Amino acid sequence: MSKRPFLGWFSLPSVLIAFAITASFIAIVQYSFRAYVPGSLDPGGFTFDNFTTLWKMVYGQAFLNTVLLCFWTAIFTLLIGYPLAYAMVRAQSVKLRSAILLISLTPLFLGEIVRTYSWIIVLGNRGFVNAALMQMGLIDAPINFMFTMTGVVIALVHFTLPIVVVMLAAALSHIDLNLERAATSLGAGRVRVFASITLPLSIPGIAAATSTAFAWTFSAFATPQMIGGGKVQTISTLVYQVGFASFNFPLAASLSLVGLLFTIAVLAIFNTGIRRLEKFGAHS
Amino acid sequence: MKKSFFDHLLDWSGRILLTMILGFVLLPFLVVFIASFNDSAILSFPPKNWSLRWYTNAIEYRDFGKGLVNSLKIAAIGATCAMIAGSGFAYVLNRYEFSLKSVLNSILMSPLIIPNFTIGLGLLILSTAASLPRTIWLVIGVHVIIVLPFVIRSVYVSLQNFERRYEQAAESLGASPLRVLLTITLPLLVPGLISGALFAAILSFNEFTASLFVVNQSTQTFPVAMYNYVREYADPTLAAVSVIYVIAVAALLLVVHKFFRLEKVLNVE
Repeated sequence: MSKRPFLGWFSLPSVLIAFAITASFIAIVQYSFRAYVPGSLDPGGFTFDNFTTLWKMVYGQAFLNTVLLCFWTAIFTLLIGYPLAYAMVRAQSVKLRSAILLISLTPLFLGEIVRTYSWIIVLGNRGFVNAALMQMGLIDAPINFMFTMTGVVIALVHFTLPIVVVMLAAALSHIDLNLERAATSLGAGRVRVFASITLPLSIPGIAAATSTAFAWTFSAFATPQMIGGGKVQTISTLVYQVGFASFNFPLAASLSLVGLLFTIAVLAIFNTGIRRLEKFGAHS
Repeated sequence: MKKSFFDHLLDWSGRILLTMILGFVLLPFLVVFIASFNDSAILSFPPKNWSLRWYTNAIEYRDFGKGLVNSLKIAAIGATCAMIAGSGFAYVLNRYEFSLKSVLNSILMSPLIIPNFTIGLGLLILSTAASLPRTIWLVIGVHVIIVLPFVIRSVYVSLQNFERRYEQAAESLGASPLRVLLTITLPLLVPGLISGALFAAILSFNEFTASLFVVNQSTQTFPVAMYNYVREYADPTLAAVSVIYVIAVAALLLVVHKFFRLEKVLNVE
């Protein structure tokens, strides 16, 4: 009898899928070094042109926009998500906890289109916010949210919030309550207990949530595309535009490749930073 | 212990903050709900006349019907394939050491980091280079790649909490490996398999970005059909679709919450 029954049969489908993933990655790398032949889907010969093209302003701006969107979205999502996760885990009444859980998690299962479309109705020039403010006489002309960074960030925060709340709630729920009780019994006030016990112990959760928020925002496409409307270009909207407006697959491939290397670099730097921070916390 | 004025202030500011945040989460859905009953084709608040015409329009629009059928088909087949491949891999990952194990694991988990637009573009280029037709199977393949990491994780966690003694008892009584697998391991894993497959199906049903790269007119998914509608028409039909979507998802979650308790499924208790 073999010691590892089923090894071959059980891993066969996933090996095939791994081959498909690897092949599509190789396709991207290969195309990014090939010349673009206008009017043809087949690429030309070997070239570095795609990468030199990326130095142009449009692409630099898209990279900058993407970074700014990721940064602001992560900050605001954490600021809003932390109190929400805290209330979800710590609220006294079971009913309130369930209500918070359902309200904050339903959007996770709604997809990007429904949520982005809803924000267009809220933020548009004739949308809910502008209509309400104008009727209250607070503003004379509508505020422009559509096609601006602000509008895209608002919708992206809403898009990223559920997953961040799940991760923060998981971290908060695993903190030993006895530590907080001990601090309270020694005379620490609620603010001090939170600042010196709860918050530091949830740092690993905050770190995991931040890197997930980054990855989600980076790969978001429908939100910058529909709310940014071509005025707020990101890497994702440019890849789509380059790929489908002119069918320039080589350029789209090189843009994706640089974007992917950028994500990996950011996540790696971030993880190293967090490990340092945790070490520092352990020694202090 | 009597609460001080400061404690009361803290309590109340907490409540106000929580209400504001929940308001932010709910706002777009409330607004879309109101907008969906507005008789006018142009957005306006508050609506002057009410009607259900956008709901009729949503139901009668052919691309939504076709997209819904495609998406359900893709989610069902994709989740099943991902469950078969994912549970098999989670099993060998949990039980065996073999060469290239960590390489295989990294490749299969990489879609968690690789943006969906890159996955979509990669498979589009690959299928173009290989002159494969852009059928529904291409879309299903993309979805399997995207949801597989979630299935592997879900089944792997169930396997880690698995009580091996039942299997050992069956083995020592002379059951063949196949019989142990079919009569002990598989039945005990059913809850993990079901929740993994369900999650995969929901993810697949909602997936938009990667699908946009690989679909064509006849294979377009429901989210892609919705996106194309917004690009072509400005009327609130999509608001009606969104309301139906939100109610369906919320109802589904309520049922899941009743039977499984979401806190447990999401590991937040």
